[in-house]
Amino acid sequence: MHLHDVWFVLIAVLWTGYFFLEGFDFGIGVLTKLLARDEKERRVLINTIGPVWDGNEVWLLTAAGATFAAFPDWYATLFSGFYLPLLIILVCLIVRGVAFEYRAKRDDARWKRNWEHAIFYTSLLPAFLWGVAFANIVRGVPINAQKDFTGTLPDLLNPYALLGGVVTLTLFTFHGAVFAALKTLGEVRTRARAMAGVLGLVAGAAALAFLVWTQAHSGNGRSLVALIVAVAALAVALVLNRRGREGWAFALSGVTIAAVVAMLFLALFPNVMPSTTNPAWSLTVSNASSSPYTLKIMTWLAGIMTPLVLAYQGWTYWVFRKRIGTHHIPDPITH
Amino acid sequence: MDLALAPETLARWQFGITTVYHFLFVPLTISLSAITAGFETAYVRTGKLKYFHATKFWGKLFLINIAMGVVTGIVQEFQFGMNWSDYSRFVGDVFGAPLAMEALIAFFFESTFIGLWIFGWDKLPKKLHCACIWIVSVGTLLSAYFILAANSWMQHPNGYQINPHTGRAELTSIWTVLTQNTALVQAFHTLTASFLTGAAFVVGIASFHLWKAKRQQTAGETVTEKDRKRIGAMRSSLRTGLVLAVIAGLGTAVSGDSLGKVMFEQQPMKMAAAEALWDTQAPAPFSVFAVGDVNKGHNTVELSVPGILSFLAHSNFHEAVPGINDVAKQEAARYGGKPDDYIPNIFVTFWGFRLMIGFGMTSFVAGLVGLWTTRRKRWLAPEFRTGDEEVPRLMLTPKREMSTLFTKWSWRIGILTMGFPLIANSFGWIFTEMGRQPWVVYGLMKTRNAVSPGVSHTDVIISMSVFTVLYAILAVIEVRLMVRYAKAGPATDERPPARDPRLRGPSGGAGGGEDAESDKPLAFAY
Repeated sequence: MHLHDVWFVLIAVLWTGYFFLEGFDFGIGVLTKLLARDEKERRVLINTIGPVWDGNEVWLLTAAGATFAAFPDWYATLFSGFYLPLLIILVCLIVRGVAFEYRAKRDDARWKRNWEHAIFYTSLLPAFLWGVAFANIVRGVPINAQKDFTGTLPDLLNPYALLGGVVTLTLFTFHGAVFAALKTLGEVRTRARAMAGVLGLVAGAAALAFLVWTQAHSGNGRSLVALIVAVAALAVALVLNRRGREGWAFALSGVTIAAVVAMLFLALFPNVMPSTTNPAWSLTVSNASSSPYTLKIMTWLAGIMTPLVLAYQGWTYWVFRKRIGTHHIPDPITH
Repeated sequence: MDLALAPETLARWQFGITTVYHFLFVPLTISLSAITAGFETAYVRTGKLKYFHATKFWGKLFLINIAMGVVTGIVQEFQFGMNWSDYSRFVGDVFGAPLAMEALIAFFFESTFIGLWIFGWDKLPKKLHCACIWIVSVGTLLSAYFILAANSWMQHPNGYQINPHTGRAELTSIWTVLTQNTALVQAFHTLTASFLTGAAFVVGIASFHLWKAKRQQTAGETVTEKDRKRIGAMRSSLRTGLVLAVIAGLGTAVSGDSLGKVMFEQQPMKMAAAEALWDTQAPAPFSVFAVGDVNKGHNTVELSVPGILSFLAHSNFHEAVPGINDVAKQEAARYGGKPDDYIPNIFVTFWGFRLMIGFGMTSFVAGLVGLWTTRRKRWLAPEFRTGDEEVPRLMLTPKREMSTLFTKWSWRIGILTMGFPLIANSFGWIFTEMGRQPWVVYGLMKTRNAVSPGVSHTDVIISMSVFTVLYAILAVIEVRLMVRYAKAGPATDERPPARDPRLRGPSGGAGGGEDAESDKPLAFAY
């Protein structure tokens, strides 16, 4: 196996980590309007991800940074090509981070409401747009011989990509609802489970359509396996959720996300960004990658750091393992 | 060619705006995390409540600040690819590695342990809790180092070769990239300047509270228990800030001198531009004030001190320092084109350099004066000594206190100069980045060849407007929040957890209520 193939897998792993972790963060953000009925309940939801959302988001920065280092051309074409969607994602991530940190800093109803609106929309939009972006990567976009994206914004908003956006949005919201059921107490927990049951069906229908479309358009044997795993995992997650096995249901909704990401990357390989203009101009693992030396350094780095990161982030989840109910929410700060 | 529409102009403006803005939060994050960690360590070791209150207080301000630093940092990570795709293709093999290291090593540290620190007051044993903020602090330092190593490579490319087939720069030694003298000196300079920034910030806010308390006492208001505690916490903070300002200020000056010498060698144009030194001179003078005429290639008005520039460049008062016109000719001969193409914006570099030094050193001097006048015991007659919970008197000599007017202005200067290092930092970056122009990677790639060919003017105008408006709104929100919390002062009625929390405490599983502890409200919640 060539080092650039290893790095293709590692980039897929980083995105999987990001979508697994920030997936439920985004879901929780969306659920602040769908699930929570009052301010206390919204705070319960927000505080389930309070200590961890920032660490989860770093998976994105690492995925971007690692793509820059391991596949500079992929990074350059993707980020300059998907300019405006990425701008929207950036604006959302900026406002969202500030919203979490600042919402409780003033005991003023309007101030808090505004930040709560912000949390909802800035979770919803990226959850949708990441699906649009990845669907476009797999589907292929116009790329010229200089490896530059030559399309326009409407090119990116094709039906397949929009369906991809619906899939990530619904899947993340489902994942978030399962997470909420796992991390809360009382009425919120009961309702989260019920809502997860509904969301899972919606996400399942969207995902099935999207994945079959993907398989028909750019699939192969391996991607078919991932497709089957994704659909099966989602079905099992739904059953487990109904039976109240919250921990296992969450693990399986995570497996669903991982399998969807895996399917997209398997359908993509050995391309990293196929060109619809001329297949010869597609970016591939070999023509977009860094030199063997850089890949070697990066492999050492990832080999040492990733397990360490997983260990201490896992430990964080253990420290904050306690479920949260409305009675745990302290009074607002007064000054 | 219409300069306003040059392909790189808008992208440069956007990069400048977003980066200078980002760097308003970075140095405070770096220094306040360490300062907070220092106070928490003092609390853990002594158990004194004033240190606990100081930790909480500076920690809150630190969190308000880091939230902005984190989110504006995401833009930086994306922006290279979005606006500078040809740059990214050319340098990715070299430049990407330190960026990936920054994310994998530093960002994960910072983001994970800051979560533990914010929410962990009632979950983690206090020593472990204190370790979390230290890890955050180490994370900020590592993060700064990696990105500065990457920037240093743009200032002085090293440890690479150009691949003849692809024309791209490829890494040959990561060790060289991470440890070349440009990176070491630049990191030293940036980190000391960051600590000077935090020091001035702490001194400013502590001065505000102490001067306010002093005025209230002078006006005859009774000093409550709460006031005394606040004074105690702020007095410790003030002294800490002053000591730090002196050490960091000295470090900034020393490292700045070293960085200058490195730059005289590696980018003679930048340093000639910093001095508006048009023609090579030996000995070269240091210009205090000059009005240059770029078209004529000389200064129309100038005030200078002989020999000083030779000293800054070479540590002696006579050696020649190359001038702008000569360096421009050399670069044109070497890289092609007209000499004019190699001259950066002299007005900006000349004044940026001066404002950087001026604002930075003012804070250093203020720290030095403050450290002397607020001393506790030494060289102080016993009758002028003040207690731990009293506002210090500003003492000139062992027995001579500053006059009322000078006292008033000294405290005010402490408050007014709190943002000076921030201004110095901004001008420092503007100077060093604009002084490198027309290069984005010195000697290898020009800025105009670095932009994304596929991104239109309209796209950049949209993104630049969005960022500018969003950042302006967030600045107003952030500053108001910061002022609100800074003015409120430490919450002196706050108490640490009565019992040191145990890691294997009640987990509060499904049932939740089997232990009284598990129904207690969270120590901190969003």
